[in-house]
Amino acid sequence: MADQAAFVSRQAARQPFEINQRQVQLDLWVRRIGKIGLLLNPVFAYFFLWAPIIVLIVFSFNAGRSVSTWEGFSTQWYQNIFSNTIAGGTEAARFTTENMLGAVRNSVIVGVGSTLLSTIIGTMVALSLVRGRFPGKKIIDSLLYLPVVIPEITQAISLAIFFKVVFDFVKLQTGLNPTTGFGTIIIGHVAFSISYVAIVVRARLADMNPRLEEAARDLGANEWRTFWRITFPLILPGVIAGALLAFTLSLDDFVITFFTSGIGTSTLPLFVYGMLKTRVPPEINAISTLMLVASTVLVAISLGLQGRNAARR
Amino acid sequence: MAAIDVELKNVVKEFTARNREGITRAVDNVSLQIHQGEFFALLGPSGCGKTTTLRMIAGFEDSTAGEILIRGKAVQHVPPFHRPVNTVFQDYALFPHMTVLKNVMFGLEMEGVPRREAEQRAREALQLVRLPNVEDRKPRQLSGGQQQRVALARALVKRPVVLLLDEPLGALDLKLRQALQYELKAMQKSLGITFIFVTHDQEEAMTMADRIAVMDQGKVLQVGTPDEIYESPNSKFVADFIGETNFVQAEVAGVSGEWVDVRLDENCIVKAVTGDQSVSVGQKVTLALRPEKINLFPVKGVVEYEEGSTETTEEYMRSLLKVPNMNLIRGRVRQAIYIGTDTRYIIRIPGDQDVVARVQNFGLRSDTFFDDGQEVNLYWNGENTRILLQ
Ligand SMILES: Nc1ncnc2c1ncn2[C@@H]1O[C@H](COP(=O)(O)OP(=O)(O)OP(=O)(O)O)[C@@H](O)[C@H]1O
Ligand SMILES: [Mg+2]
Repeated sequence: MADQAAFVSRQAARQPFEINQRQVQLDLWVRRIGKIGLLLNPVFAYFFLWAPIIVLIVFSFNAGRSVSTWEGFSTQWYQNIFSNTIAGGTEAARFTTENMLGAVRNSVIVGVGSTLLSTIIGTMVALSLVRGRFPGKKIIDSLLYLPVVIPEITQAISLAIFFKVVFDFVKLQTGLNPTTGFGTIIIGHVAFSISYVAIVVRARLADMNPRLEEAARDLGANEWRTFWRITFPLILPGVIAGALLAFTLSLDDFVITFFTSGIGTSTLPLFVYGMLKTRVPPEINAISTLMLVASTVLVAISLGLQGRNAARR
Repeated sequence: MAAIDVELKNVVKEFTARNREGITRAVDNVSLQIHQGEFFALLGPSGCGKTTTLRMIAGFEDSTAGEILIRGKAVQHVPPFHRPVNTVFQDYALFPHMTVLKNVMFGLEMEGVPRREAEQRAREALQLVRLPNVEDRKPRQLSGGQQQRVALARALVKRPVVLLLDEPLGALDLKLRQALQYELKAMQKSLGITFIFVTHDQEEAMTMADRIAVMDQGKVLQVGTPDEIYESPNSKFVADFIGETNFVQAEVAGVSGEWVDVRLDENCIVKAVTGDQSVSVGQKVTLALRPEKINLFPVKGVVEYEEGSTETTEEYMRSLLKVPNMNLIRGRVRQAIYIGTDTRYIIRIPGDQDVVARVQNFGLRSDTFFDDGQEVNLYWNGENTRILLQ
């Protein structure tokens, strides 16, 4: 009661309302500066992101050989790479369209193989992480991010050593002489793609209401039919998104491929690197631009599918 | 008595907490018998184990101990898809990638019913829940009430022995909920299917159920018809959870069979009933008394006890005291709260305790209103005062 009275009297005695004009002006200036900063920030960020890529694309259409002065529009570098000729230099002797297309074919073989494997395994990992109940699940769950976090070179070297150890062992036991090739590249790519697939599929699964599966079982579906009629159709966009991501990562990968490939299994990134030994021929720009377009389309589809997941919820 | 559709015998369900805090006993030694064709409600506050009980009947959870029988057969470890029960989930759990018709047909397809017949039966089920014309829509294109009906049709089309409903009306607004309560009840009656209905809303349970089990902290405290539960609660918890109740502390002054005299203070004794509990003189007890059972009349002046007939308060008091087991005490209004249909009076009674009395506003407010601080007479029949020991 006494407290209430004190509160009431304090309310009555409060100061009259006044505006401190100086303070208000100052605050307004701070706000203006902040606004300009916010506006400029993405401009800078995107500049760093995109400027080198735009330069690459622009100069892939340059009429001259220079990668610093613009000499007019031309598609000659694109024509060159598809017609067995490459302008001058030591590379010219080695370059053939057939070689390049061979590298593209190798990339596709590795991409398709590793995508199929990593999508199946990654989806199963996601299922057991979200739906399963087993000890140490928390730890396994965080280990999933390992390949995303550790440096690619570390993973590449460890894979190379691993294959060497296994091959030596096989040789000792059976006398066979296994070598690196498609098998090792695909295993290497699967090793890092699983995580990406599992992370994307897991996000989709975690969004899914577990009551849906229970409802299906309640209505007479056993576990097998529940999976194929309910769970799988609902996570399918996530699975496809994960697969496209895995395929893109595989197509673009250089480091791991470099350490696990063998003779005659060079993928496109390795092929491009091989052309760069002494200088940068302008045809590289054309090949790189084509690779960029392919990757961008795949990632865009993947993101589109993941976005649809979110909107569907 | 009708046959028993579902029986729970000393069922226990324990969950081991992930944070090593120990074991949660979600369902604690529950025994129930649910009769064929009955509308049975599981009622209790949030977290009392209603859903867990339902999920054990449906087969989504295995009981830790005890036995569950459906139509007399033990169903331990029988998976949900082999049980003749179906569930309507709280969030409906409609399959988002299927049309309404496909959703309803799903259960029949799983039984291997030919497509043509399944479609026919699914349409009938949608008709039954009064939801034709939306067959080709996806669930997300329906309102909450419509989704609820689809969920109902999807479960009913399976012609289950028992239908389990987990707060199926919880997500709907009040008006729609009330309308669906009546509809659901009527549908259950005409279909003759046993319904087990989970709710935390006591009014909903009272409206629909033939019998109610009141649960708290995993235990079933009382099972009975709505009026048994309301009029003769067996514990403080039940009395408090179902409707509004005054709890009055008193001491037993005399016992004669079912009737007990209890003392509020030195010179105020009222009559109460024991139910089936035994009490002894001198024992401290709690009385439960519903606010609407208490009647009020003024200390001085006249009482209009019937349309057009009046008596002086003295005459009225004398006639009241002739009624056997009538309790008549004097109190003082501390606060009067007008709430339209009723006025609630908080009244200080002997023994320095407050009770709430709820008086319906028949006439105009000014006619019958007692002011704060005014003395009033309270009376009620002794059979409405129940002694609660727990
Ligand atoms: N899978 C689970 N793991 C651990 N504890 C659980 C699990 N399911 C339920 N519980 C616990 O069991 C108790 C009862 O839960 P239940 O869901 O049956 O309550 P409820 O009566 O349905 O409540 P509400 O009205 O909020 O739905 C709660 O304390 C809850 O935390
Ligand atoms: Mg619940």
